[in-house]
Amino acid sequence: MDALEAKYAAAKRYSETAMGLVFLLCGVLAVAFVLLISAYLILSGLPAIREVGLLDFLFGPVWAPTHKTEPQFGILPFILTSVYGTAGAVAVGVPVGFLTAMFLSKLAPRRLAAVVRTAVDLLSGIPSVVYGLVGMTVLVPAVRRVFRLPSGATLLAAILVLSVMILPSIISVSETALNAVPREYEEASLALGATETETWFRVSAPAASSGIAAAVVLGIGRAIGEAMAIMMVAGNVANMPGLFKSVRFLTTAIASEMSYAGVGSLQRSALYSIALVLFLFIMLINVILNLWFKNKREG
Amino acid sequence: MEQLSLHRRMYDRGLRLLLRLAAALVCALLAGLIGVIFLQGLPNLTWAMLTSEPSVIRNITGILPNILNTVALVAGTLLIALPLGVGAAIYLTEYAASHRLAAVIEFAAETLTGIPSILYGLVGMLFFCQKLGWGSSIRAGILTLVIMILPTIVRTTQESLKTVPQSYREAALGLGSGKWRMIRTLVLPASVDGIVTGCILAVGRIVGESAALLYTAGSAAVLARSLGELLTTSGGSLTVALYMYSMERGKIEVGFAIASILMVLTLLIDLSAKLVGRKLRRN
Amino acid sequence: MDILSTRGLDLWYGDNQALKHIDMDIPERQVTALIGPSGCGKSTFLKTLNRMNDLVPAVRVEGLVTYRERDIYAPGTDVTWLRRQVGMVFQKPNPFPMSIYDNIAYGPRIHGVRSKARLDDIVERSLKGAAIWDEVKDRLKKSALSLSGGQQQRLCIARALAVEPDVLLMDEATSALDPISTSKIEDLITELKEHYTIIIVTHNMQQATRISDTCAFFLLGELIEFGQTTQMFSMPRDKRTEDYITGRFG
Repeated sequence: MDALEAKYAAAKRYSETAMGLVFLLCGVLAVAFVLLISAYLILSGLPAIREVGLLDFLFGPVWAPTHKTEPQFGILPFILTSVYGTAGAVAVGVPVGFLTAMFLSKLAPRRLAAVVRTAVDLLSGIPSVVYGLVGMTVLVPAVRRVFRLPSGATLLAAILVLSVMILPSIISVSETALNAVPREYEEASLALGATETETWFRVSAPAASSGIAAAVVLGIGRAIGEAMAIMMVAGNVANMPGLFKSVRFLTTAIASEMSYAGVGSLQRSALYSIALVLFLFIMLINVILNLWFKNKREG
Repeated sequence: MEQLSLHRRMYDRGLRLLLRLAAALVCALLAGLIGVIFLQGLPNLTWAMLTSEPSVIRNITGILPNILNTVALVAGTLLIALPLGVGAAIYLTEYAASHRLAAVIEFAAETLTGIPSILYGLVGMLFFCQKLGWGSSIRAGILTLVIMILPTIVRTTQESLKTVPQSYREAALGLGSGKWRMIRTLVLPASVDGIVTGCILAVGRIVGESAALLYTAGSAAVLARSLGELLTTSGGSLTVALYMYSMERGKIEVGFAIASILMVLTLLIDLSAKLVGRKLRRN
Repeated sequence: MDILSTRGLDLWYGDNQALKHIDMDIPERQVTALIGPSGCGKSTFLKTLNRMNDLVPAVRVEGLVTYRERDIYAPGTDVTWLRRQVGMVFQKPNPFPMSIYDNIAYGPRIHGVRSKARLDDIVERSLKGAAIWDEVKDRLKKSALSLSGGQQQRLCIARALAVEPDVLLMDEATSALDPISTSKIEDLITELKEHYTIIIVTHNMQQATRISDTCAFFLLGELIEFGQTTQMFSMPRDKRTEDYITGRFG
């Protein structure tokens, strides 16, 4: 009997230790994946940058990797397009998103708020290729007609598509922030004779500003990382950005070069370098976001 | 009795109107998207298209292989990512004795969530397709997606594990139960709804993903004769097929037909996540 | 001269009657204290006077409440105007998460004061009026949340004064504060009654005797006794008042 019990206890100890190790392994694997991705992007991104030269690569205004005699590898057009496109999407998406969040948090009756929230959830679930398809068939022709352009596949079309795509995250993060504003602030304002709208915009919104800022940063991250939808509406030409020009983003440069560049060519390695630049952008945004949340938690 | 000044009254009315307009715009955008997609998609969606393999020679348009590829990608990814993600979450909330390691893992998970899917696609292509020599294949797609959705699963699992009251754990451990036994019999059952919600969200992301798949799983639309063949050959998901039909082959109507399938899936996924969430709150 | 009056005031939260037929006349430029055990309706009554009860869902008010002979529940009444006349200080200090200056300037700005010089003047006067100017004059641009609890409450009083109210409602304004801060605010209240009508809700009977001229005792939504504070605390007319002020329940 004792022997059996001892055996059972040993088996139990054994399985306990084993499961602990299994879970540890899972955790370590998760870290390993991040390391794998970072290492791959950095290692494969560096050679082309070294060959082209960092400054020529980052600030070169011409991308002509297939030119017979003098191929050029400047990604400034992509960087600027990503920056302008993101800024444009934020400029359009944030006001609409913020106002909708305010509507949901303060003005809407409960039922209506539930309906609008469902709409927001659905918008966030729609695949990006579907946004791209509708953008390509509805928005692009509309832009062409309205502005009398030879082609509607422009930075403007991309900005509009991106601004719709970042709306859901801006709305839900801002709404959470607005809902978290202590009731006492709003009461104090009303007791001073402020109207409800004055209270929402002059007290609640400033009190929720760090959360709203986080929503904006999140939106920036989304917009800068989107590839397929804007691939379908931006025309995908390596121009310097202009609102009515066909353009290529950092993400779409990666996606479009991936299918054409021959393995081992400088063009191929330059594509990895573009990915590295995008990765660094995203990491920067991540760091900003993390610092923000940490500050908020402490402050 | 004194009245609110005209200026303030206008400000108040104007802002209320603006808030309503913004919300109406958001709803109108969704309604417009759904309308456009279903109006142009549903008429083109035929039973034959859903159940046949495409052939250029015989001029058949079919998306059956793409449907099967999507199912394979969802199933394969969840099969690997679910145990791995739940395991990592359990380690983080129940075991991690060293807070530094836990912080590193959490930071890693957070960082992974922010990385755009096109970068997952690129690294997946570099590592699985080229380095391991698998070429464009469903298995390369699956592993790429595993890395991509792992953080989502870890995070949602962790959140639901944290809602299990500490007193349960203390009671179980106080009775002499081992940690694993306590997790298996108490903690996991109490948080299963949250894990299911996480899975549904993950399914939504996989079904909607395209950038990470285009160059890892590829874009072929051929019916595989065996599971092995399915996993090792190139296969385009529905999203990738949508992209190929509308961008490369100029068959917009097929694109819309696929888009309407994707919209229905999106609606179903959102609905089921809501139902599970509601059940979660009720308990 | 009575500044605020109620006649037959009834108030319900849903089906729950919280105030029963209250008749009261509140004298101008005096301190009126509302006392009674928790849940007796004194805070609810206070909030009917500037219609802050409007914010509570499913609240219903019947009867007459007048401010300077105007029915404040009449349709078309501008509540922002009313709340400007009848200011309020809350139990928990609630400065906005902004600078000290912006906290005080918030009300005047809302009501249309734009000039920097006038705002500066109002801020200084209000802070002096709330006896906190000397403590904060060198850090007006600092966050109001950096002040101590007692300072925050005086800041809130200054913020209420900045819109030049006529009446000041104080809902247990010292209950969250330490004794020293409490006595500072009590001194302040005594000074403020030269210019303002002040109505306080308090749990603290000593406080009511120290600073109020008139006193109202509430029990279970009814006004049991109303009169001179000295009279009420020396010779209560009602047995229930006597039981409460002598500490037999509460």
